[in-house]
Amino acid sequence: MSRNYKHVLKMERVYKYFGKVEALKGIDFEVGANEVVGLIGDNGAGKSTMVAIMTGVFSPTRGAMYIRDEKVDFRHYNVRKAHRWKIETVFQQSSLGEKQPLWRNFFIGRQVTKSLGFINIKKEKELAQHIMLDLIGFRGAGITVDSTVSKLSGGERQGIAIGRAMYFDADLIILDEPTVALSLKEVQKVLNFTRKIKESGRACVYISHTIPHVYQVADRFVIIDRGEIVANFQKNEISLEELDSFMLKYSTEQVAG
Amino acid sequence: MKQTTVIGQNRGLGRIEALPIILVYVVIVITFMISAPETFLKYRIYQAFMSTVPVPLILALGLTLVVAAGEIDLSFPSIIAFSGFVFAALYKITGQTWMPLIAALASGAFVGLVNGLLVAVVGIPSIIATLGGQFLWSGLTVILSGGLAWNIRDIRNESIHTLFVGRIGGILPAQVIWATVVAVILWFILNRHRFGEHILFIGDNAEVARVTGVNVRRTKILLFTLMGTLAGFAAVLLTLEMATFWTTQGGGMLLITMAAVFIGGTSIFGGEGTIVGTYVGSFIVGSLEAGIVATGLGGFWTRFIVGLVLILAVALHVLLGRGKNLSEVRFLRFVFKKRKSGPDS
Repeated sequence: MSRNYKHVLKMERVYKYFGKVEALKGIDFEVGANEVVGLIGDNGAGKSTMVAIMTGVFSPTRGAMYIRDEKVDFRHYNVRKAHRWKIETVFQQSSLGEKQPLWRNFFIGRQVTKSLGFINIKKEKELAQHIMLDLIGFRGAGITVDSTVSKLSGGERQGIAIGRAMYFDADLIILDEPTVALSLKEVQKVLNFTRKIKESGRACVYISHTIPHVYQVADRFVIIDRGEIVANFQKNEISLEELDSFMLKYSTEQVAG
Repeated sequence: MKQTTVIGQNRGLGRIEALPIILVYVVIVITFMISAPETFLKYRIYQAFMSTVPVPLILALGLTLVVAAGEIDLSFPSIIAFSGFVFAALYKITGQTWMPLIAALASGAFVGLVNGLLVAVVGIPSIIATLGGQFLWSGLTVILSGGLAWNIRDIRNESIHTLFVGRIGGILPAQVIWATVVAVILWFILNRHRFGEHILFIGDNAEVARVTGVNVRRTKILLFTLMGTLAGFAAVLLTLEMATFWTTQGGGMLLITMAAVFIGGTSIFGGEGTIVGTYVGSFIVGSLEAGIVATGLGGFWTRFIVGLVLILAVALHVLLGRGKNLSEVRFLRFVFKKRKSGPDS
């Protein structure tokens, strides 16, 4: 897939106030066309506010944002627009219908239909199989496109949601704490799914505060604290131990201060 | 070797929708054939079922979709009265038949639309909105009709009577054909149409439905309107069959209709619904009273046994619910224990 832009998303001097609370204080942040950026920060650091602005949930108080190098007009930017502009979010809590089969979950809201709104089930199942095998390399034992979501583990659910975003050709997939509350084995699955995003030429913002997980998949780490970007490391500039101790030192200072 | 395909084919018996409850129905009918052979080995009783079951059946079919969406409708008995009155009164006044039919369907749709708006736009929980509706519309019917029954005996000579409740070939009640047509259409809507998929996702988790792009509000309004229209149709069938309108018609249908839906295997928690199950469940509920009386137990037993069947059937569904298709096969094996040692175990 050829991508003729430098940054899939770029923020310039973005501020966000909620009343008197300064959630974001002049954020400069960019994501390359095929880059996995780990966005790291403690609870309340401003990660969620950044995601909300990227995905059109709300507009910044001040500042500019560019999608595929084109300036975003915030007056006409919203969640639906973000989807149309190929920015997809995989939320912490599942965005899947538990009791529904996987094939329905891939196409809910965007069904492949024949005439009069009747679903082309054969086609949807074939495409669902393509997504599971080819896009995300799904290897769940005994899991088929007819399985219901309730049979999947937490990591597998994240995988399905990632696959859905990839199938609908998202250029940027935002993963919001995808490994929270998962077992070690499940975490590896999610990290593998994340690598698929990179392999397919897309970009990803991976939000987490679990350093060892982000470190495995991200090309670059952006650390945010109390509404400001405080550090920006390329993966080759810093080892896992250094990044870990940096974060640890940072949060102890915070507690001390 | 690694698993290379993820397209699953449910093979054999597991593919049959609502198989356990179909078997339950077969067992019930066989039981009655043994306990009351002089009644249940003759066609007459089945003809009676096919003339009385379609009205609660059509209601139960609509209710299945409502329950699948995680909602409930308690107002349909009042539509049986209200739309039945609209139909009977307009026929009596104008002598026409098709216009009253359209008006009856429209009046049902209107009540449903009001329910839908109250639930989806105002945000009143459906159990309360439709409870209020039940009082309101049945009350209005009593006011408009003057509390009197309206005899429309002459309608028996009209073509509309033959078309909807005539006896095909002298033996087959037409309404069972209509109810079956409704069932087939609703099955396709629920299982094969976008609208049905939206219903299932809303019932499963309305928030998930919303973030994946389903218009939850519009779907709910449409759903309640559909339910109202179906109730209007059921009202016409009942009024035609009886050739009389009376103010309390539909009054006893709330609980037996709900019982049919839940016996059929639709879950009160929403997100799933079975049209086939409801179809069979309606016939189970409709058969029990006649069967119990014919067996010689006396009518006093009816409610007790309906309750027993409801509880046992739902317990069965809950136990089988874990694992769906596969468990139905397991259930079969459990029932017919003499299985051969299969290659799969």
